[in-house]
Amino acid sequence: MSLASNDNKDVDAHTGTSTTGHEWDGIRELNTPLPKWWLNIFYATIVWAFFYTLAYPAYPLISDFTKGLLGWSSRAAVTQEIADLQAMRAPMVQALASASFEQIEKDPKLLAFARAQGKAAFGDNCAPCHGAGGGGAKAFPNLVDDDWIWGGRNEDIQATITHGIRSADPQSRAGNMPALEGILKPSEMILVAEYTRSLSGLAVAKNVDLKAGAQIFADNCSACHGADGRGNQEIGALNLTDQIWLYGSDQKTILEGIAKGRGGMMPNWNDRLDAGTIKALAVYVRTLGGGR
Amino acid sequence: MSIWNKHAIFEKNSIILIIGVLIVISIGGLVEILPLFYLKSTIEKVEGVRPYTPLELAGRNIYVREGCYTCHSQMIRALRDEVERYGHYSLASESMYDRPFQWGSKRNGPDLARVGNKYSDDWHRRHLENPRAMVPGSIMPAYPWLAKTPLDAARIEQDMKVLALEGVPYSKEMIEKASLDLKAQASEEDPNAADLAKRYPKAVARAAGDQKGMVSEADALIAYLQMLGTLVDFKLYDGKANLR
Repeated sequence: MSLASNDNKDVDAHTGTSTTGHEWDGIRELNTPLPKWWLNIFYATIVWAFFYTLAYPAYPLISDFTKGLLGWSSRAAVTQEIADLQAMRAPMVQALASASFEQIEKDPKLLAFARAQGKAAFGDNCAPCHGAGGGGAKAFPNLVDDDWIWGGRNEDIQATITHGIRSADPQSRAGNMPALEGILKPSEMILVAEYTRSLSGLAVAKNVDLKAGAQIFADNCSACHGADGRGNQEIGALNLTDQIWLYGSDQKTILEGIAKGRGGMMPNWNDRLDAGTIKALAVYVRTLGGGR
Repeated sequence: MSIWNKHAIFEKNSIILIIGVLIVISIGGLVEILPLFYLKSTIEKVEGVRPYTPLELAGRNIYVREGCYTCHSQMIRALRDEVERYGHYSLASESMYDRPFQWGSKRNGPDLARVGNKYSDDWHRRHLENPRAMVPGSIMPAYPWLAKTPLDAARIEQDMKVLALEGVPYSKEMIEKASLDLKAQASEEDPNAADLAKRYPKAVARAAGDQKGMVSEADALIAYLQMLGTLVDFKLYDGKANLR
C-alpha cells in the first residue's frame, strides 16, 4: 500500500474518491490521494539522498566522518582549480616574468597580455582609490597624466606597487611633507602659498610680496621641492610648476598642506599580489598615462 | 488500514505533532551540529589569531550597530573566483573570537574578510563620509556622523568581561588595561604602545582622524576594518595539511 491509496470505505459517488469520513451539515471532505508523479519523485529523492551521502562526505563518526566514495573535498577542489588556472596561464606568465620591460613593450603579444592582466588586477585592487580609469581623486594621484610623483619608469612603478608609499613594508617609499605650523608665521605661510601658486602661472592675490614669498620658499621648501620648485621623485616631493595638483590649487588647500603637512599612504601589495601580477600592473599603469 | 494512514494521529492532535516535530529536529541537531564540537577535523587551530583589541572591538560594535553585515559578507568561500579576487579562503578560526560571527550571506557590497591593509586609513575616512567621492558608482549609504561622533567606550571593559564569559581568552590584565590600550591604539605616539603590542600581537596603532585628538567612531571602525584578515600569515599556513 502507498500514500496514494486510501482505506476509507466511505466513497464519494461523483468522483469515485474516498472521503475523510467526517461530515459537516451534509458536506463531506474528499481525501484525494497524492498524484502518482509527485509521490514517485518524492521516493526518488530519498533514494538519491542515500547514494549522495555515500558518494560525498556526510555522516559523523566517533572521531572522524565518512569521506565519501568519490573522495571529494572543497579545499582540495579549490586548490586543484587554482592550480589548473595557473597552469593555463603559466606560459604567458613565465614569458612575462623572464622578459625585461623593454622586451615586453616591443612584443605586442606580451604587451597585450600584460595590459589585460594588469587591467583585471587594477579593477580589483587599485580602482577604489585611483578611480576605475586611473583618474584619481583628491589626495589619490591621477595615473592617466604623465606626471609621476615617485618616478614614471616601469621599474619605479613596479617598486611603488610592490613596497607601497609610507606603508608598513620596510622598503616602502618614505618622505613626508612636514607640518610647518609653528615654524612659519601665518603671514609667511600666505606669502609662500601665493608664491607656490605663481610657480605654475596661477593668478596671485593682490598686494602679495612674491619676492618675500620666494625667499621663504628658498629657506624652507627648496630642499625637497628644488630651487625651481620642480620637485624630487627620489623623496616624492611634488613638482609645483606643472598645473597638476594632488590636493587642490586654491590658497586654503595649499595653506592646509603647509600648516599640517601631507603624506598619503599607499599599501604595499607584495603581501597580496604575486610578482607577476605586480609587473603586469606596472606595465598597465605606465601605458595609461604615457610614462617617462 | 495501512502503515501510511497512521500519520492521521499527528494531523489530529497538535500536542503529538509538536512532540513529533521536536524529536525530528533533535535528531537533525544531534547529527549535524553536535559532531562539529568534537570532530578533530572541524576544529582547526591556526597560528596568529588573537582576540580583538579594545579599539578594534569598539569598532566592531559600530560595524554591527550600523548593520554593515546586511550588505557585506566576511567569508571568502573556497571557490576559484573568490580566491582570485579576495585572497585565501576564510578559515573558521579567523572568526573564532567573533560573538556573533559576521560571515553574512548577502553581498550588495564586496566581501570584507581581507579588506585589512588593502586601502589607506585616509581612503576609509573619505569613503565612510561619502562613498561616491571615492567610488562613483557606489550604492553604499554615507556615514558622515561617524567621524564627528566621539567614541563612547565607557563600557568597553564590560564588553570584554562578557566576551570572556563566552570563552574569548581576555585576561584580567587585558580587561583592566582596556582603556589604556584603546587610547594607545588611537595615537601614533603613546607611551603604552609597547604594552599594547605585547598583549595584542600585530595590533597597529594609527593616528586619529581628528586634529584635536578626539577618538571618533570612525577611528574605531577603521581600526577594525584595517585588521580584518591580517592576523594569519598565509605564507606560513600549511593548507595541504588541512585539506578537507
